[in-house]
Amino acid sequence: MANFTKATSIYDWLNQRLAIEKVEKVLGSEYWIPKNINFLWAMGMILVVTFVLLLVSGIFLLMYYQPNVDTAFDSVNFTIMREVGYGWLWRHVHGVAASVVFLIIYIHMFTGIYYGSYKKGREMIWISGMLLFVAFSAEAFSGYMLPWGQMSYWAGMVITNLFAGGSLHADGLVEWIRGDYVPAQAFLTRFFMLHVLLVPLAIIGLIGLHFGALRIPHVNNLDGEEIDFEAESKKYLAGDKAGSKVIRFSNDFMSKDMMVVGFYLVFFFYLVFYHYGFAMDPVNFDPADGLKTPAHIYPEWYFLWSYEILRPFSTDIGLMAFAFSQVIFVALPFLDRSPNAVPASRRGLFKYWFWAMLIDMIALTAMGKLPPEGAFSTIGFVAAVAFIGLWIALPIITYFEKKV
Amino acid sequence: MKELFILGVVTVFTLVTYYLVEPFAHHTLHKHVESEAFAYNDLSAITKVGDAARGEELVMGAGACTGCHSINAVGISAPMDAVSSAAAYGVNPPDLSNAGVVYDEKFLNALIKNPAHALAVEHKFDANIGEMHPMIPFYGAGGDIDQEVADMVTYLQSISVSSEDLTPAMAFENACGRCHGLKYNQWTQIGNKGSFKHKRDELSFDIQVLDYKDSLKAYMGKLPPDLSMYIRSRGEHYISTFVENPQNYFEGTSMPRVGVSADTAEKVIEYLKDAGDTKRDEREETGKYVMIYIIIFAIFSVLWKKQVWRDLH
Repeated sequence: MANFTKATSIYDWLNQRLAIEKVEKVLGSEYWIPKNINFLWAMGMILVVTFVLLLVSGIFLLMYYQPNVDTAFDSVNFTIMREVGYGWLWRHVHGVAASVVFLIIYIHMFTGIYYGSYKKGREMIWISGMLLFVAFSAEAFSGYMLPWGQMSYWAGMVITNLFAGGSLHADGLVEWIRGDYVPAQAFLTRFFMLHVLLVPLAIIGLIGLHFGALRIPHVNNLDGEEIDFEAESKKYLAGDKAGSKVIRFSNDFMSKDMMVVGFYLVFFFYLVFYHYGFAMDPVNFDPADGLKTPAHIYPEWYFLWSYEILRPFSTDIGLMAFAFSQVIFVALPFLDRSPNAVPASRRGLFKYWFWAMLIDMIALTAMGKLPPEGAFSTIGFVAAVAFIGLWIALPIITYFEKKV
Repeated sequence: MKELFILGVVTVFTLVTYYLVEPFAHHTLHKHVESEAFAYNDLSAITKVGDAARGEELVMGAGACTGCHSINAVGISAPMDAVSSAAAYGVNPPDLSNAGVVYDEKFLNALIKNPAHALAVEHKFDANIGEMHPMIPFYGAGGDIDQEVADMVTYLQSISVSSEDLTPAMAFENACGRCHGLKYNQWTQIGNKGSFKHKRDELSFDIQVLDYKDSLKAYMGKLPPDLSMYIRSRGEHYISTFVENPQNYFEGTSMPRVGVSADTAEKVIEYLKDAGDTKRDEREETGKYVMIYIIIFAIFSVLWKKQVWRDLH
């Protein structure tokens, strides 16, 4: 048993029991971050803020939402939007944040790819990040089912059908997932459970893992420079703040983060109040109707690129390409054979690979929404093949990359 | 500055993606129909000046309008209740009290002479194959038919409320409400549901609505949709151009061209906003304050950063 003395203050009392001084140092003032970073390093904090917005708005929505096929649509569009004070605000915050969070996730991901932040001991940061991407995707999809509009219903139908595995005809698996032959009450209730309990728990756990994975390899920097954090932090603590290559997490890094968050929130709330349409598909304001297929079925924008990899091929090949696209990003640290952990601009062919991948995914995203006809169909096919081709080329071009 | 350049690159890629996924995709996915400003150019122009007194005689005459339509404004009630009327005609014929202000003048003229043509449902009601529109064309009372029709329309206009007094709810109920329910405003095809003291009375009302809907479904081919959320699911432009002529969007649809005036159409849209977007003013108002707050927050966050980083450079 530790030796407790009579506390001299509340702080001291707590410190003896919870070591808050130590905790504050470990998590804040002596958690060292490289100084050589730009605003893209604030995406993590933006994601935390957006996640909190989703969580808080979600809690308020949960107080009125009814997971029942007969009342779900009205509980959202009548009760929450009309009856509950500021219910519309929580819903629009939730809907817009759910869309914007993916924009930030993609920026965060491509920042990691560009600066090589998945290499040299940072593999687990990347892998836990990709697991978070999967969890956020599951969260977005399950949440999209809840208003029980036309797009909820038909997206639920289409996506759960994928589990039949084409020629495998695993219809039993599809029924097991749905709890019925078609999306109905059992389907809605279980996706409600997934959305408000299981997936958020997984996300919170994975966020812990993601942050934990950062501790040992530390945050990357603009030049991929290997910093001696021990020596640099001593220099900082000795008073040479300007000469040290590291800064405190709080308040040094935090203040820069919050500045970027400030700008981000201006953008975010502009969308919430004046430009929310992109995040709330009009078709989903028609109640679910199993006898009326919408003219065009497409997922939300952040799933379009993988949807377009599925679409241009025959069923079985399409499913394989889709499965490939879903898991391949996780393997990035192992497919990149180059030892160079520097920005893409200094990495030979990888520089072109990066921009080709980015443009290809934007092309896939655009084609995923358009009807698969004529030129759109051709562009979609080429972009899907290019996506697979780029991943096959990655180990080869990075293997021959010159060491910098 | 490098950081601004990077921000520019991120912004450009974001906006390109946005443009392709939203405006461009919508433009490609959805047919765009230009508004004709409710001019009804295909209908012939009015050449006669009507006389309300003469019109009254024609409207009230034997076998004329009041055989089927009520005109509550002048104390003429309907020969049958809504449910029986729907059973007989498919849909309850409208009360004509405010027809003169709700519907376009040119349209009313054309409607009285040839309902199927004015309503743009000739593909469905063709007298040659024995499919008569339930509203019988006015074949004339012996004089100049154009003059007689103009007289009737003038009479209907003379008994209507003025367009300033036509509320959004009246516009909707007259023009749309006999086929479309709007449950978020408690509107059913046979009127406002209101509240009931006894469950028994409520059930009996519901049964009437169900019976009415059955007749309507048989008449239209399917039950016309509830319009509660149409302002969000279809948007203002679509609704307005669709109402102008449903055939523009769905060739062969059984929904008639309703023939409303531009003013009525605006009021119908207003009513739909009052159903599906009730908090639009609150949104604007709250938005202003939140934006001011968040901009102040952003300014303070910049100042804090500057203060903290003064020693770090």
